[in-house]
Amino acid sequence: MDIKEIQTIEHDVLVVGAGGAGIRAAIECAKNGLNTGMISKSLLGKAHTVMAEGGVAAALGNVDPRDNWKIHFRDTMRGGKFLNQWRMAELHAQMAPDCVRELETWGAVFDRTPNGLISQRNFGGHRYPRLAHVGDRTGLEMIRTLQDFCIHQGIATHMECTALDIITDGNAVSGLVAYWRETGRFVIFKAKAIILATGGGGRAWAITSNSWEYSGDGLGMAFRAGAELMDLEFTQFHPTGMVWPPSVKGILVTEGVRGDGGILLNNKNERFMFKYIPEKFASETADTEEEAQRWLDGDKNARRPPELLTRDVVARAITQEVKEGRGSKNGGVYLDISSRRPADFIKKKLPSMYHQFKELAEIDITKEPMEVGPTLHYFMGGIRVNSDTQETNVKGLFACGECGAGMHGANRLGGNSLSDLLVFGKLAGLGAFEYVKAKQGPHKINESQATAFIRRATDILNRESGPNPFLVHEDLQSVMQNYVGIVRTKEELEKALQELSRVKVQAATVKAHAAPQYNPGWNEALDLANLLITAEAVTRSALIREESRGAHTRIDFFEEREEWLQYNIVIRRTANGQMEAQKVKREAPPEELAKIAYAKIEDLEAKHG
Amino acid sequence: MAERKFRVWRGDSQQGQFVEYDVEVGPGMVVLDVIHRIQARQASDLAARWNCKAGKCGSCSVEINGKPRLGCMTRLNQFTPDEMISIRPLKTFPVIKDLVTDVKWNFEQNKRIAPFKPGPRPADGNYRMYQRDVERVQEFRKCIECYLCQNVCHVLRDHDKKDKFVGPRFMIRLASLEMHPLDQEDRIGKIKDEFGSGLCNITRCCTDVCPEHIQITDNGIIPLKERVVDRFYDPILWLIRKILARGQSPC
Repeated sequence: MDIKEIQTIEHDVLVVGAGGAGIRAAIECAKNGLNTGMISKSLLGKAHTVMAEGGVAAALGNVDPRDNWKIHFRDTMRGGKFLNQWRMAELHAQMAPDCVRELETWGAVFDRTPNGLISQRNFGGHRYPRLAHVGDRTGLEMIRTLQDFCIHQGIATHMECTALDIITDGNAVSGLVAYWRETGRFVIFKAKAIILATGGGGRAWAITSNSWEYSGDGLGMAFRAGAELMDLEFTQFHPTGMVWPPSVKGILVTEGVRGDGGILLNNKNERFMFKYIPEKFASETADTEEEAQRWLDGDKNARRPPELLTRDVVARAITQEVKEGRGSKNGGVYLDISSRRPADFIKKKLPSMYHQFKELAEIDITKEPMEVGPTLHYFMGGIRVNSDTQETNVKGLFACGECGAGMHGANRLGGNSLSDLLVFGKLAGLGAFEYVKAKQGPHKINESQATAFIRRATDILNRESGPNPFLVHEDLQSVMQNYVGIVRTKEELEKALQELSRVKVQAATVKAHAAPQYNPGWNEALDLANLLITAEAVTRSALIREESRGAHTRIDFFEEREEWLQYNIVIRRTANGQMEAQKVKREAPPEELAKIAYAKIEDLEAKHG
Repeated sequence: MAERKFRVWRGDSQQGQFVEYDVEVGPGMVVLDVIHRIQARQASDLAARWNCKAGKCGSCSVEINGKPRLGCMTRLNQFTPDEMISIRPLKTFPVIKDLVTDVKWNFEQNKRIAPFKPGPRPADGNYRMYQRDVERVQEFRKCIECYLCQNVCHVLRDHDKKDKFVGPRFMIRLASLEMHPLDQEDRIGKIKDEFGSGLCNITRCCTDVCPEHIQITDNGIIPLKERVVDRFYDPILWLIRKILARGQSPC
């Protein structure tokens, strides 16, 4: 193969991924005058951002004027069990309101308050109504707004183009090898900076809300290029995924159902969440149905219902109910809004949930309860970045959105992902801009690296025989589902590592049939390497963290342990290509931020309320 | 689990034919599950698009027994047990491979439309719009860009006038901009001359297939046609406008 014959495209910066974070980053680069390219595995506007339903969190204070960035910051830190990168949580809470207003100047049409301002709804872990929303299709509104804006910014959008690997020049990036799905041909992008915005790796589990795209590509590529990963033990199981019929198992049921009054019931018709209120949240959570009802009726002195505790708490509670025999008929619990709100309200506030259950499960949610159970939804962990610039330890390599680590700590609050992708998409774009501006000297494409990446991809097609990539993927999914679930033990995690090495051997010899043009078997085979790195990184990190914190629960270490608050778990690639997980000491928080995070809520409330 | 027969169109831009597959089916399955099962067990190179699997992204549009639908929202129990289910790619766009068509033309149309242009932000930084005013636009913004409406539009499907008419999807994109309470751009002239509003003859086929149940024709296209008529064909208004000020927007 002559590398000179491979198509080459040159940009100042290449953004990998065109979900909310990728598009937002690309817009920032283009606004600053960079020659910007953006590649996506799917067509533009189809990314997982469309699945975000409930809203985008920002302390606009439109519905409850007591809200402000400090309370949003405090909620985020408490939700993340104080393991968040302090600076990221600070930047996020401060910048989110302007980022949301900016979307409005780009054409977004959020639901309104009676005064004509952007309306905000309640959500788990958020002290005040904070989520700007459009019914239950907020993600679609956001991605379409970003998409319709970005096509006029001079960004070169390369659709259905899948990244294979990052080309490095010393300790800096110089480009990336990708292939066009349509033709199966390879392309080399030459770029001074690369922004990864590839999302998470939910497809490593069998029950997930994630689509085929979420195979941990950014994590895999970053790891192979020498970047560090962090916090991967924290995988968020969204408490409410569909559980029936089997073919839709895992599809998301928005937290907005609970935000708008939905309650969780077991098969004894008990509202069981009252039994699972953690001490830390006891003073802010209603402990009787009567008080929870008053909250729903708008009483500002009533405390929040326990269904709106953070996602880790609710997911564990559901798991416990099912395990103890109080589950619904298809192995979940009941989520009921039909007895709480009139049919018109439900159809108006939750139109796509109504539609989704009606069409996929033949259930009318205005008349009967839904059946729900936990589904792998989001990676709090990801690529380790500088909090201000989003740059990794590899020069010129940036990461933002779900594939970046640090913002959410041990658990993410609902609504904080849509604001995360706006804030850190923008910051990554600025970071890349500053980097490109300052970059001196030539950057060249290492041809032997590029050749090796391409050969690894074509080997899959050329070998005589080998395992079926789809079946290897199913195998991996059942390993992760069985041994690296919501509740973990040392034995099971060790078993998972053994099983993963077995799957790795299989994956290394998979065979894809037929030609490379639009070939899902080949595409699937190429994703396996990234899925396996992701799965192994999660498992190794989970094994090291001997405590239960946020989304990471160890039966053998059931309590949150103070000493573990001092560490993040960081994954690195050793000189011989192996994966190594290590405890890394965290810096002490800035005094001012620590004061806010641990403050009494009354001391932070805006006084004009 | 029972087995069921399916016919799936296999081929490329040059040629193709239906191929039969026997697939195990279970309760609650949708057509997209069948495609995935064929990929995993029988034909790993069967090309198809999909993403969210919940009717929210509009990727898996195909024609099922002649009807344009989303594969992920079409349950098998909508068909009688002995009915053959045939799946083929959208007819209006060129086939790339199997069930995947080249829909780039649609993305080109979007670029031709003048983007949203808001007025200046009020001093306190917050635009004001009222729920009753935004609801009209929110209906159009539910669009998931599945292009099923483009696929059934006679102007595009039967007459192939892609150079004259942007199609229902982009008529409602235009409507969502024109009716946006904050927008100050004027696109009426182009809606008539470049985007081809006159070519739609209101058969409502697009509305019938919309998985989001957007009233494309009645709430989107017809009001745009009316604005065009008001601007260009109302003799009294034309005269008044001539006298008062030249070419200002009546909207």
